[in-house]
Amino acid sequence: MRQTDLQPPGVRQPGPRRAELTPRDWLHRNSTPFLLGAGMLLVAGVTWLIGESLVERIVTVMFIDVILVLALQVFMGNSGILSFSVAGFMGIGAYGSVLFSMTPAAKAAALPDLYAFLAPVHLPFVVSLLLGGLIAALVAAVVSYPLMRLSDAAGVITIFSLLIIINVVLVHWSVVTNGPRTLFGVDRYTYLGTTVGFAVAFLGVAWWFKESRVGLRLRASRDDAHAASSIGINIVAMRYAAFVLSAFMAGFAGALWAHFITSFSPYAFYLSAMFVFLAMLVIGGPNGVSGAVVGTVLVTVLREGLRSIENNVNMAHLLPGGLFGFTEIVLAALLIVILILRPGGIMGGTEIRWPPAGGKPGSTGGPGGTGESPRV
Amino acid sequence: MITLEFIINALSLGSTYALLALGMVIVYGILKLVNFAYGELIMIGGYSLFVLSLGPRLPWFVMAVLAVGVAVLTSWLTERVAFRPVRDKSLTAMLITSFAVSTLLQNAALLIISPRARAVPLPSLFSESVVLLGQSVPWRNILAIVTSVVLLLLLVVLLRRTVLGIALRAAADNFRMTRMLGIPANLVISLAFAISGLLAGVVALFWVGRTASVTPTIGAAPLLVAFVATVIGGMRSLEGAVLGGYVYGIVFSLIGVLLPQALLEFREAFMFIIVILIILFRPEGLIRGGAPSRRAG
Repeated sequence: MRQTDLQPPGVRQPGPRRAELTPRDWLHRNSTPFLLGAGMLLVAGVTWLIGESLVERIVTVMFIDVILVLALQVFMGNSGILSFSVAGFMGIGAYGSVLFSMTPAAKAAALPDLYAFLAPVHLPFVVSLLLGGLIAALVAAVVSYPLMRLSDAAGVITIFSLLIIINVVLVHWSVVTNGPRTLFGVDRYTYLGTTVGFAVAFLGVAWWFKESRVGLRLRASRDDAHAASSIGINIVAMRYAAFVLSAFMAGFAGALWAHFITSFSPYAFYLSAMFVFLAMLVIGGPNGVSGAVVGTVLVTVLREGLRSIENNVNMAHLLPGGLFGFTEIVLAALLIVILILRPGGIMGGTEIRWPPAGGKPGSTGGPGGTGESPRV
Repeated sequence: MITLEFIINALSLGSTYALLALGMVIVYGILKLVNFAYGELIMIGGYSLFVLSLGPRLPWFVMAVLAVGVAVLTSWLTERVAFRPVRDKSLTAMLITSFAVSTLLQNAALLIISPRARAVPLPSLFSESVVLLGQSVPWRNILAIVTSVVLLLLLVVLLRRTVLGIALRAAADNFRMTRMLGIPANLVISLAFAISGLLAGVVALFWVGRTASVTPTIGAAPLLVAFVATVIGGMRSLEGAVLGGYVYGIVFSLIGVLLPQALLEFREAFMFIIVILIILFRPEGLIRGGAPSRRAG
């Protein structure tokens, strides 16, 4: 565990070793997942007390989005490579899990041509979720290793191509996905309690990954690829680990979503979904776990507010053609403004911590790189 | 199989794709920006035709020129309003900006016009065919080839003979050096976006000409075509983009004839697998451009 050997120049030295940490320092360093987790549980509790079904739906989806945006953060935030594929892996997880959780009768009705070995399978919900995540991770593990060599424009185009390939396959593999048509007959298993529980758990995972040795090395490679590889960091391997973990989380979240929404088509896992996840992460701040959570909550509130305006205008027939796309326009404009004025997002790469840093120099800001990636 | 009709159709597809790819690379070369909003320029061109058809009756050619003008203006505006302020930020910031601009324009069309398809006026020539060597060939395809070749020749003159064009090529080759020699960066980048808009606008005429209608999401397909063609031809060279467009158009037509129907559905997936393989094994594409230079900013 000689972590100091791995520090590239420019990345902050870790503070005192674990044994020398005061309780206050320890709390300062590790409080983020507990604070955010407690906040999410609080939101879930209040929602449950309100008992309004519309609010509950919104908050339930928000927690699924939290997992998806965390999945995006695990790869994009730590590696600095723009990733479009999260929506695709979400789709793989959704279809992958549903194939195991649907009853044989429902499968016979919705997917009459399904392969014989899958048709009679009927597994419990939690096992199906896990399988959804694992299938997505497996696909990522098989296809992504060579792609991890690429960064910048080449990296973006290949990962974008991956999203398109996944979508084409989902749309045309009718035997398993019912093609471009809506797949129906999924039982609802996902409720508010399920999603908040998994969201808190994956928050822990994303935090753990960011602070782990792999995460630290990956962040070092994001801040300066040449310096990182010169001290022996295998950038491709680090990116690969993050990508597969990200795919697992996205697949798992897709599985949760599928069992909440219960009928869906492949177009739910494409560019418009990806735009929302990206907006959430970038507005919140891609370089930290706090940014992912804060951005998801903010964008959810904003979207629901705008959408209700949109619906009210459309219901009252205030405009002859209706008000379509208004929410996305505002969101896109906000995204551009944030990128211009505050490219690190609202959180700017810092994490929510308590208590504030102690007086000792070297213990501020926590371990590892914090700020935005350097401007090129 | 390989008839004159097939050749002309493949060439017309290739010409359209060549213009598309060139419009994308001309911006990429300078800013290293993969412009996700590029497809929306085609949508804007299409909608301009639709809006113009509502007004006083103009000859189609005038409407077409105006529509191309609107695409140029939009392209220039996106650079001025969205891309210029984030130019000195990270590449990722610029890519996300272009994705946001794309979403914004698409939804603006949804909001201002309609989610439903709108009919676009076309000259009668577009639906007529001519009999060549005993085979009927649509005029539209011949026009696409002729227009593209003329436009490409004009661009060659612009890029090789005028000071601005030479500055643009120099900037695409080594932007930092060009700036040091006193070429104003903003002017060059604006020009690149304007040319990009011009090419997209001309492609829009032929793209909406196929179905005679325009929808808010019509830009997605040409954007993907531009991706594939530029990667095949080489992201760093303008000639490569043109060649990549023709190769893609011809290969795509051939696949359409040769591939069995069951696999034809997955045609797009195959094209993107080719893209990934090219980027992995021959990232410079068919034509190797200049030395890799850092992006502008």
